Amino acid sequence: MMIATFLLLAAAMALTVIRLLRGPSLPDRVVALDLLGFIVAGMITAAALFADQPGLLDIVLVFTILGFFSTVAFARYLEKRRFDDD
Amino acid sequence: MESLFLRTAATLIVPLQIGLSVFLLLRGHNEPGGGFIGGLVCAAAILLWGISRDFPTARRLMRLHPTTLIGLGVLTAVGSGLAGSLLGLSFLTGVWAGSIPWLPFVGEVKLGTPLYFDIGVYLTVIGVITQIAFALEEAD
Repeated sequence: MMIATFLLLAAAMALTVIRLLRGPSLPDRVVALDLLGFIVAGMITAAALFADQPGLLDIVLVFTILGFFSTVAFARYLEKRRFDDD
Repeated sequence: MESLFLRTAATLIVPLQIGLSVFLLLRGHNEPGGGFIGGLVCAAAILLWGISRDFPTARRLMRLHPTTLIGLGVLTAVGSGLAGSLLGLSFLTGVWAGSIPWLPFVGEVKLGTPLYFDIGVYLTVIGVITQIAFALEEAD
């Protein structure tokens, strides 16, 4: 069960990394990075579950909130760049 | 950047985030948490407020200038160290003054100079991070 969970998450991560590397445009890469953060959060949650360590869930909480903030900051950067190009 | 979605989301998330930062601060660093992480989360909340509205609004939200906050934080941390000295122990010795048995979400909170020190770290981290971000923002 544990191995299957982590294999699936690793597969998702590999596909996301491919999108991150190939992504034709910058917004594609930003979305891939955001998704990568969620997959890592999923992995920490799975680790908390299998290792029976509820303390890890607090890390997930902080991680997702800061991940949301980083995506917003990236979006702001992208908007700024678009207006500067015009 | 004016976005109704972001502004509405920030109104909900920022208070939650500040609450989370206080929770992390009070839980102390024996478990995941402590002053540094709490300060980072609180600074991120202030910056999110700044991004969703504008940065002068975020400055007003802080009430104090970031530099004042840094100074207050460092003074608080030094004060926690002096408490040990005044009792004839060496500088920065932890002195415990009892505990609050139960607070919502947090549980037991031990009162003492380590918590006081953590509050200093918390204020300093908020000041440093917001000062850097405001400087970067005003540089463009």
